[in-house]
Amino acid sequence: MDIVILGLPMMYYIAMVAKVLVAFVFVLLTVAYATYAERKIIGHMQVRLGPMRTGWHGLLQPIADGVKLFFKEEIVPSQASTFAFLIAPLIALVPAFITFAVIPFGGVIEVAGYKIPLQIASYVDMASGKVYDINVGVLYILAMSSLGVYGIVLAGWASNSKYSLLGGLRASAQMISYELSAGLAIVSVFMLSGTLSMNEIVNLQSGMGGFEWYAFKQPLAFIMFFICSIAEINRTPFDLPEAETELVSGFCTEYSSMKYAMFFMAEYANMVTVCALTTTLFLGGWNGPLATTFTLLGPVYFVAKVYFLMFFCMWLRATVPRYRYDQLMHIGWKVFIPLGLINIVVTGIWNYLI
Amino acid sequence: METLFFLIVSLVAIISAILVVTCRNPINSALSLILTFFCLATYYVMLDAPFLAAVQVMVYAGAIMVLIVFTIMLLNIRVNASKSQSHKIVLGSVIGFFTLLNTAVIVFKSRVALPNGPLTGDIIKQQGHTELIGREMFTTFLLPFEITSILLLVAIVGAVILAKKKI
Repeated sequence: MDIVILGLPMMYYIAMVAKVLVAFVFVLLTVAYATYAERKIIGHMQVRLGPMRTGWHGLLQPIADGVKLFFKEEIVPSQASTFAFLIAPLIALVPAFITFAVIPFGGVIEVAGYKIPLQIASYVDMASGKVYDINVGVLYILAMSSLGVYGIVLAGWASNSKYSLLGGLRASAQMISYELSAGLAIVSVFMLSGTLSMNEIVNLQSGMGGFEWYAFKQPLAFIMFFICSIAEINRTPFDLPEAETELVSGFCTEYSSMKYAMFFMAEYANMVTVCALTTTLFLGGWNGPLATTFTLLGPVYFVAKVYFLMFFCMWLRATVPRYRYDQLMHIGWKVFIPLGLINIVVTGIWNYLI
Repeated sequence: METLFFLIVSLVAIISAILVVTCRNPINSALSLILTFFCLATYYVMLDAPFLAAVQVMVYAGAIMVLIVFTIMLLNIRVNASKSQSHKIVLGSVIGFFTLLNTAVIVFKSRVALPNGPLTGDIIKQQGHTELIGREMFTTFLLPFEITSILLLVAIVGAVILAKKKI
């Protein structure tokens, strides 16, 4: 294991590839089974059974859905702008997945005498034992999620259909507005942490037996950020861009087969990312009781927290009706942005006094 | 390794920049411009300025280009029939040639000046790029920063007044 490539040990590359594979497969599996979980959970909340036929209690349903979508015919509308139409699902899907590169899903584990931090874009300096990661991690996630808008906008425009265009316009307006308030909510976390690195932010929340979470110090920011994130990824109660009853699925009306599946996957991958980001920023990431001594407990806590937040999203979908468009804009601009600004000022005064 | 990476990114940047002007469909041009901005962000990362890279993607590729795409969509510009515009091509190539000549002369004749401010690469690496920008912004360049924000506020108020018929 002492082979050195470009100044880094062989183990570094093996660990990197392994981490990427593990995170990617984890997100893919979560996405596949989130669709199943959503149908099951909403079903039981509405006193139905949900999918029951494929496999035991419908456990093979996501695979059946995937195979079905895979073998469907691809249709490109004759009046569509072909290039934009083809590339839009990819633009929607890729940013949803690559944001996972900076999210720490565990502490530093040791394999064969080599320390591996459980975060894709990071490494441990062998000499000092310090963990280095992208030191603007949160900004990276915000930047990537701002690119995700293009997928939906282009899909809406390129389909050359009125419903799609309306859906695309609604989506872009909504995502841009809520990006602002989500950003303002995060700023108050930065004011406490003094760093933009995800790894540092998680480490700062490790006190009090793993329960020194920013959600307790910044409850308003936590609630605002989570609501704005749900709005940004177009989930109920803010799923106006899709709005089956009025826009017949909005921007993805004209899509079929795997391209439709990509939008579907992007939506759920975004949900995983947003829940992981909320966990990292506000719920202490992989921190929990004994997580620093038994490092393998870290990923377990992380996944548990993420799944709880995802369950919460599905719960919201089963409970809350869709907002009207003017109500949505009203909340975004006239409630969340002033609240976010007030929160920043209060945090600033608090920091100054203490 | 870094040189190879630089060359690949430069190739993508140049090709996408050419596509911005050659694409017939304005939406495809806008997409190429986004790709160009993305490559520029990669350069910032290679220059040890990750904060600028993130802001480049967020502001230029994210916010400004969304507005441009939005405008193109709302105006609904479709592919226009190609007209022969030979005089424009001649004029354009003359201007382009002299710009290229000028750039080439500047690049080959001049020396690269070393940065002579107080901040060196080592200090930036030690203190953190984001922290340094923040500190400078709120101490040395406080007045320009505030003036810019007031300018933006004036622009926002102006936009609201223009857009609303009844206030």
